[in-house]
Amino acid sequence: MRRLILIAPVALFAGLIAVMAWLLLGAEGGQRDASTIPSALIGKPAPDFDLPPVNGNIPGGFATADLKGRPTIVNVFASWCVPCLAEHPLIARLAEEGHAVYGLNHKDQPEAAAKWLARHGNPYTAVGADIDGRASIEWGVTGVPETFIIDAKGIVRFKYAGPLTPNLIARKLMPVLEEVSR
Amino acid sequence: MIRLLFVLTLLPVLLAAPVLAVEPDEILANPALEARARAISKELRCVVCQNQSIDDSHAGIARDLRILVRERLVTGDSDAQVLDFIVARYGDYVLLDPPFKRATWALWIAPPLMIGAIVALIVVFLRGWQTHLAAGKEIEPLSPTDRAELDALVERVARDTPPPPPRSAFRAEFEQPRSPPGGTIDDNQAPA
Repeated sequence: MRRLILIAPVALFAGLIAVMAWLLLGAEGGQRDASTIPSALIGKPAPDFDLPPVNGNIPGGFATADLKGRPTIVNVFASWCVPCLAEHPLIARLAEEGHAVYGLNHKDQPEAAAKWLARHGNPYTAVGADIDGRASIEWGVTGVPETFIIDAKGIVRFKYAGPLTPNLIARKLMPVLEEVSR
Repeated sequence: MIRLLFVLTLLPVLLAAPVLAVEPDEILANPALEARARAISKELRCVVCQNQSIDDSHAGIARDLRILVRERLVTGDSDAQVLDFIVARYGDYVLLDPPFKRATWALWIAPPLMIGAIVALIVVFLRGWQTHLAAGKEIEPLSPTDRAELDALVERVARDTPPPPPRSAFRAEFEQPRSPPGGTIDDNQAPA
């Protein structure tokens, strides 16, 4: 009994170290990032929103109902956002592969957004202008860019905050996209 | 004169109000609602700055959320309804004071549990020490048989130990304190 009491603090500390090491190095192969915020929407229906088009030349406006019937990707972007430009070719590739990608234009000026899309290409099935950022709050957006995957029933299945990379698409998005496309 | 200058330099610092993140156009006309909005804003984490409340943050999203909080208060939401509305979208993460539930129980329970464990260990240790000390004061006297055995042992060791050799004259000489002939030598002094 006495020996147990003497060993307890050491064992407790060792256990704590083990848990921390596992979280830091194990589990996700050191990919865990404490600054990523878990999304409250995963597993829940896509939020209620209805966005107008950016302008007459750009196909859009979209609303909650448009995200049903087939798997979709929602990409939050803005013309003033540099990482969005960096990931833009990858969004185009996802669209080329046949995925329906919706663009949520976050707190942007319509003219600037239209110019940006004309210059860098518009891969989006439809673009919705969220000028006051209210729809972004409905989506729990913390910054741009952000990317969501919504299944055919309109349930949010995946969220990534930050610019996409080919590696990330292969490792994280594709497994989810394949699953929801089945 | 210098004192006056000093006071004049400090004056603006003393008079300055704390810089508010809340911008004038956000503030509600109704002071009671505004006070509630401020209180709610202090409980909500700014999702981009992470360790600031939205009440302290100048980030765009913090401002949007502050305006949203005020709009919902104006439409008649209770404080709890406003918080629930935002938690439904951003998760418990936005609350600076996380609620007690299945996902967070470890967070809440671990610190008191650890303090409890430490206090328990200290108590057990001190108790053990005390009984140890108390026991030390009541040493039982040796029984006559033990005493006789011990005496015999001491006598045997004394008998078996060879007597020390006679003290050498050299040792006697070297172990005596001496003063060096011709005064002291200072080791620190460099030779001239």
